[in-house]
Amino acid sequence: MRLLSCKETARLLSQGLDRDLAFGERFALRVHLAICDGCRNVSAQFRFLRRAVQSFSGGVDLPEQ
Amino acid sequence: MRDAAAAEDAVQEALVAALAGEASFAGRANLRTWLTGILKHKIVDAIRRQAREQPAADLSPEGGEDEFDALFDRRGHWEEPPSAWEHPEQALNQRQFLAALEACLRALPERTARVFMMREHLGLETPEICKELGITATHCWVMLHRARMALRLCLQENWFGK
Repeated sequence: MRLLSCKETARLLSQGLDRDLAFGERFALRVHLAICDGCRNVSAQFRFLRRAVQSFSGGVDLPEQ
Repeated sequence: MRDAAAAEDAVQEALVAALAGEASFAGRANLRTWLTGILKHKIVDAIRRQAREQPAADLSPEGGEDEFDALFDRRGHWEEPPSAWEHPEQALNQRQFLAALEACLRALPERTARVFMMREHLGLETPEICKELGITATHCWVMLHRARMALRLCLQENWFGK
């Protein structure tokens, strides 16, 4: 198995939020995350961004220009 | 929504729809929840209209291919490994944080921001977004990834790194 770089990992982490990753992709990600603090932080931050943007109140309080 | 006029239209349409549907609203659901549901659809409509009016020339991916290359060394490892964010959940309850997030969203290229909001705020699946905007799935993923990379950098600089 080819090891992922951090750059590839970040891309896959993002795609993992938008599509179902293949088994091989998930496995490679898991291996990389096990050894890389930076990418684990990025993973948490991408997921946090989703929660943060969802917490905008459903568009009722549209931001003022 | 970036375009203030489009946002206003969306709100107005939602209010009209809300008033028109008043009879069917039996007071069971929370008014806000109900209005939010309607508004979401109206915003999608507005986004769709905007996308249709967008000239075809604007369909190319925004930003260079190597926009975030500077973050990595030649082997693709972080030049400066991202550090953990402290108390992100608490930030969600802070008005100032939401303002910072909004500013970061507004700093994104317009189409990138739109795709990101369709995906993350409205919760649309990528095939639906691709179809609405007439872009490929790959293009869609690239834009979503750029949005996330840019937003995490922006929040790191303007909030969590402070």
